[in-house]
Amino acid sequence: MTRALVYVGKSVPRDDAVEKVTGSARYTHDLAFPGMLHAALVTSPHASARIVRVDVADAAALPGVRAVLAGANLDVRLGLYMRDKRILARDVVRYQGEPVVAVAADTLDIARDACRRVRVEYEPTAAVFDPRDAMKSGAPLVHPDLGSYAHLEGVFFPRPNTNIAHHQKIRKGDFDAAIASAEVLLEARFDNPPVQHVPMETHASIAQALPDGRVEIWTSSQSPYTVRHLMSVAFGLPHAAIRVHVPYVGGGFGGKAGLNLEPLVYVLSKAAGGRPVKFVATREQEFNTLPSRQGLHSTIKIGATRAGKIVALKATYVWDAGAYADYGVNVGRAAAYSGAGPYAVPNCWIDSFVVYTNKVYGTAYRGFGHLEVLWGIERAIDQTARKLGLDPAEFRRRNLLTLGDATITGETFTAGHGKPVECLDAVAKAIDWGTPSSSPASSTKRRGKGIAMLHKAPAMPTSTSCSAIIKLDEDGAADILVSGVDYGQGTYTVLRQIAAEELRVPIDAVHINSDCDTAFTPYDWQTVASRFSYMGGHAVIEAAADCLRQIRAVAAQIFGVAPEKIVCENASAYPDGEPKRAIPYRLLALGYVYPNGNAIGGPVIGHGRFIAHGLTHLDPDTGQGRPAQFWTYGAHGVELEVDAETGEIEILRIATAVDAGKVLNAGLARGQVIGGVVQGIGSALWEGFRFDKEGRLKNPSFVDYKIPTAKDLPREMVPILLENPQPDGPYGARGVAEHPMISVPSAIGNALYDALGIEFTSLPLSPEHVLARLAEKGVKP
Amino acid sequence: MVDIELRVNGQAERASVPAGMTLLEFLRDRLALTGAKEGCGIGECGACTVLLDGRPVTACLVLAVEADGLDVRTIEGEATDGELSALQRAFVDAGAVQCGFCTPGMIMSARALLLRSPHPTDEEIVEAIAGNLCRCTGYEAILAAIRAASEEGGKL
Repeated sequence: MTRALVYVGKSVPRDDAVEKVTGSARYTHDLAFPGMLHAALVTSPHASARIVRVDVADAAALPGVRAVLAGANLDVRLGLYMRDKRILARDVVRYQGEPVVAVAADTLDIARDACRRVRVEYEPTAAVFDPRDAMKSGAPLVHPDLGSYAHLEGVFFPRPNTNIAHHQKIRKGDFDAAIASAEVLLEARFDNPPVQHVPMETHASIAQALPDGRVEIWTSSQSPYTVRHLMSVAFGLPHAAIRVHVPYVGGGFGGKAGLNLEPLVYVLSKAAGGRPVKFVATREQEFNTLPSRQGLHSTIKIGATRAGKIVALKATYVWDAGAYADYGVNVGRAAAYSGAGPYAVPNCWIDSFVVYTNKVYGTAYRGFGHLEVLWGIERAIDQTARKLGLDPAEFRRRNLLTLGDATITGETFTAGHGKPVECLDAVAKAIDWGTPSSSPASSTKRRGKGIAMLHKAPAMPTSTSCSAIIKLDEDGAADILVSGVDYGQGTYTVLRQIAAEELRVPIDAVHINSDCDTAFTPYDWQTVASRFSYMGGHAVIEAAADCLRQIRAVAAQIFGVAPEKIVCENASAYPDGEPKRAIPYRLLALGYVYPNGNAIGGPVIGHGRFIAHGLTHLDPDTGQGRPAQFWTYGAHGVELEVDAETGEIEILRIATAVDAGKVLNAGLARGQVIGGVVQGIGSALWEGFRFDKEGRLKNPSFVDYKIPTAKDLPREMVPILLENPQPDGPYGARGVAEHPMISVPSAIGNALYDALGIEFTSLPLSPEHVLARLAEKGVKP
Repeated sequence: MVDIELRVNGQAERASVPAGMTLLEFLRDRLALTGAKEGCGIGECGACTVLLDGRPVTACLVLAVEADGLDVRTIEGEATDGELSALQRAFVDAGAVQCGFCTPGMIMSARALLLRSPHPTDEEIVEAIAGNLCRCTGYEAILAAIRAASEEGGKL
């Protein structure tokens, strides 16, 4: 029976907005507990050094100081995919900004004062900053013990006695033969700098080590259960001894995935006799102590026929992992299996190297490596099209994945993947592709248009799972319990819509608790990779079905009919065809009471779950396998104006098409697209770490590291959401939250070529960068 | 320690504070008004924006003693009698909130604008929040919310 959807697809406003506009929403930043101590860090001024001596006597003697810890006190290694990191540097420091000593004190001022009294003697050692240098033999080893590190076996392949934390190979067809037969060849190099996530709430964690060995944690995290699990692994505690609370989170974008500051505050609390300890990263620490997006150096070779078909593609991706590669190895892996773009490439050869250097380390960042590899691929596709004398949109059209094609890992492209070509056509139409831009108002300005494709699948373990519980209240309303985190995306609102739809109750009667708590909310791996609405949506659908099964069983007994004859509608249950006899859920939610006092049933509590299915590890030698639960495709079209006098770029319009499968909440989906596009413009035009020759980060503040402000918006943004359904998605939906930022830099780079006739190969496309290239090419304003 | 007297959201407050205490610390740690957020601590992100005698200031850069004798208005004073202001309602309706961490400061900057210019131009709106960073929304919905509220003259 197909029913018209009442809530799914509608722009239901987010349920937490009132708390957030009144300032009453509580974030980890805002929490305080009786006896709570405040922590501060001494960080390394050197990118690579041996720690000769740490003297904390003066710090420890300061009144109000309750604990001082150095790496020598802590023999623990941390990590999700690769256990390569310490809580505090031990024996050596590997990047400028690395925590060396931590202090917990009665006030933050005392803790910071104590840090200034810590004396650390370093002996600087040879450092390596460029990952391409780090791959050479004889390069200083960032991790001489790499061979002994625990890691996810069979998925990641660290090379002992090198700086290579992981090498992901993709081998399909016969690249050498195909490239030799190609009629047109393109070879190009591209670079991306490391970039910061910049959540407005910096990382913050509180922990209390309890006297019976348990630990309670409050943290600004995307990953309550992964925090719990990794704490368990690191400290040998049973999972039940660790309770992780995640209140409202002020933005994540990947930077709050996995384990971050939680172990630090835990060991400080233990050392301080079990008092709660809070650490809030300063904005400077957010830049130079906490992880960022990895830098990337790409070399891309494309061979095509004169008719405009790609026959071979080779890419070498060298990732600048920084000092630790726990999450970086998975970025290098995921970006490799997406590393030829959304095209049918019969012969493909990709090497993706995740390489340690002496810089701040990398992690997941919205798009998980895809913005980086597609900066190269989508610029190279444009360059190849020009060599062929083909319109870049037409060249893409001839090569986009279509029914029956095999991806570079051997997955067959089906109707259920959506329609990349529709995304391309939609953005082309939206920016009047093929029609030259109108003349700019000033003679120093030039206009141009560019297009770029994007694709991404969730990068997650093959057994990733999640669960949901729905409890019915005395008044018949429903409470959803999940442990995925809504750090702004709006997923909780989407899950409420799904539950209301499934349970047949009004949306206002569906609630979701914004605090995750591993003691009460059920398992979810972690909230990353645009998979929460997809997986959590399934779990909620199943939990709702479980509730309805329980309701039908009781109603069947009351009405003396079979359970399958019970209809649930309008928050009530009745025998099919007899809606007048309906009993409201509120009389069934805790069990039904007959007029004589007899009771049947009991509290209705439904449980649902979902696990990734059909995924395989990739073959270590060929990369063949099924890595992706689903793929989301999209495209951007950009028209821009560049001022040859100032180097400034203004985006006149940007259209973004994403094949969402099914739009579950139009308003929230639009919010993800607009927010993603503007974040992508940041990566394109301004953002990137700059280091001095000693490896010190030169721009760890908003003065020197510009992110988009309200003044920097394009004149026009056009979000386009297509709905070619995902057969196994909830209501046909697939994830869309990361995608809108992915190929923004590529489309801008392509438009910039159109405007100036200059190939830009590195990001960001800052005014200084543009002016330098104009001067080099002798272009006068 | 310095004795100060001020009004916060219409309420008289008297306190003895260290000379170096910021207004943000005073509001958050002494008065438990945690709506104003610290996003950078050096006046660059706007998350701690409050009104001082009607003017928007970044509370992390103002000392509590500088607020002596003045009128402070924070996000907690924006709703009255449990009713959202038109501005807050517009933020909810326009979908101008995602993670919400910048939202209190953003609303206070918008409030300051509407106090001095009840019917601002689009340029004035952009200018008013140019110092408030948001990483989630892309600003478009925030600008739309302020525009919508201003169409009602920014009344409470």
